[in-house]
Amino acid sequence: MSELRADLAAIADAVPMGARVLDVGCGNGALLAVLRASKKVDGRGIELSGANVAAAVARGLSVVQGDADADLADYPTDAFDVAILSDTLQAMRAPATVIAELLRIARRAVVSFPNFGHWRVRLSLFAGGRMPVTATLPVPWYETPNIHLCSIDDFRVLATDLGLTVERAIFLNNGRSIGPLAANLRAEQAIFVLSRNDRESS
Amino acid sequence: MHSIDQRFGLDRRVRLPTPLFLDSGVTLDGVEIAYETYGVLDAARGNAVLICHALTGDQHVAAAHPRNGKPGWWSRMVGPGKPIDPARHFIVCSNVLGGCGGTTGPASIDPATGTPYGMRFPVITIRDMVRAQAALLDHLGVDRLLAVVGGSMGGMQALEWAVTYPDRVGSVVAIATAARHSAQNIAYHEVGRQAIMADPNWRGGNYYADGNAPVAGLAVARMAAHITYLSEEGLTAKFGRRLQDRSAVSFGFDADFQVESYLRHQGLSFVERFDANSYLYITRATDYFDLAAPHDGLLASAFVGTRTRFALVSFTSDWLYPTTEARRIVRALNAANAAVSFVELASPHGHDAFLLESPEMNSVVDGFLRAGESV
Repeated sequence: MSELRADLAAIADAVPMGARVLDVGCGNGALLAVLRASKKVDGRGIELSGANVAAAVARGLSVVQGDADADLADYPTDAFDVAILSDTLQAMRAPATVIAELLRIARRAVVSFPNFGHWRVRLSLFAGGRMPVTATLPVPWYETPNIHLCSIDDFRVLATDLGLTVERAIFLNNGRSIGPLAANLRAEQAIFVLSRNDRESS
Repeated sequence: MHSIDQRFGLDRRVRLPTPLFLDSGVTLDGVEIAYETYGVLDAARGNAVLICHALTGDQHVAAAHPRNGKPGWWSRMVGPGKPIDPARHFIVCSNVLGGCGGTTGPASIDPATGTPYGMRFPVITIRDMVRAQAALLDHLGVDRLLAVVGGSMGGMQALEWAVTYPDRVGSVVAIATAARHSAQNIAYHEVGRQAIMADPNWRGGNYYADGNAPVAGLAVARMAAHITYLSEEGLTAKFGRRLQDRSAVSFGFDADFQVESYLRHQGLSFVERFDANSYLYITRATDYFDLAAPHDGLLASAFVGTRTRFALVSFTSDWLYPTTEARRIVRALNAANAAVSFVELASPHGHDAFLLESPEMNSVVDGFLRAGESV
């Protein structure tokens, strides 16, 4: 686990032992493979790229080629303990719908995304007048798959609007965890652990 | 007790000791099944893999065909060092019920009359084929299959296995297939059947006595079907509008174009190895196939409670059983909370892609099967 990228390690931390996990946008299954080995999860994945799916299935994971924007509706309610959306939210056509779907399918969702409120991003736009190209946003504006970027504060508002509880938030800068103070300015990346309010009150 | 033959690829036959009860309500007695096995059934009887063949396939999946010497039809997938490996698996492949490769079919002798069944043979279904396979496995002492693997009509049987015998199947690999026949699928099959039945030699299916089989009709059926196995892209790349052994069109109806010559060859070589009545019965079985039919059209209901793992593979240029049909199965399996994997692989070769070299398909099947063996 120590070899795992910091954001993936933070996500793995939020997954309990033996959980049923759906990784949305699972890539070649790297995170699912780690969760299977270290947390003995019953893992499933959805991934857009056929080459990635083939690689994930070849390593023995249950992964289907599909589009989270369209295919999450196929899964029954409460089918999973944890749904993971790792560095994928900003590429969704309908991020709010996807998050709502994640928390229908699973009791808990772990969502990680690049923070568009980070000072480098702000500086690039404010001082340079250019769209930012940073470590967490490495692709120029005309090629990026990211169509719905948000800041940490934006995300909190969305979670509230969707009636979700933020169980935990982890902020990363330069691959290291940082405190919550001015995180919207200081963190390159955020990981939110969300749950439904109805679970909180019960 | 019977010992299981462990030689690689030996053609074997068994006469079922009990009658087969068919979907049509008919009981078929004395059914003979022709099959091959490769590898050894392990002590725990847990390493059996059933391979299901497609419409015009046979039991010679990985060994040379005894008549024409051609390599097994899926030797790219089954054999030493392949994803389905006799070093690891006890591999079984049988000729389907209604077939003409040694298993009881319309050309077989009806014990009631002493003459070939012809059209007195009962109409069979994919589930009937699976029942016959289950009876064969009973004979071989295989209670539970590690996996059922098939492409096209073989994929239908694999899916049917998981529905009909859910406790006997660990994993299903269903490639280039569908959970039902579409109107277009049925339409093409009907063209083939009408071609056979329009051949004056067909004679209501009673052509066995004098050996004058409806080969012209069967060849046309095969030609029409063969087009559905390829893609427009593939046909264009292979033949385009190129002419056959000539520099200009003949202003006649000879095979001017290479694609015509190719199709005629496909038709002619097919009739040497296939029985026209078997073609009628097996195409009918696939037309009747609809896993959702007993569940008010709700495919997910067919899989409720399943503990079988599934892997589905489709190919981009397959328009016979297109990716939309595979996705329909995946949706149903997701709704049933099943462990399912699915990938659409890029190929220009149309439906036939599953029979051709595909390292991606092999690595997917290999990884999927190995994961099922480690649990």
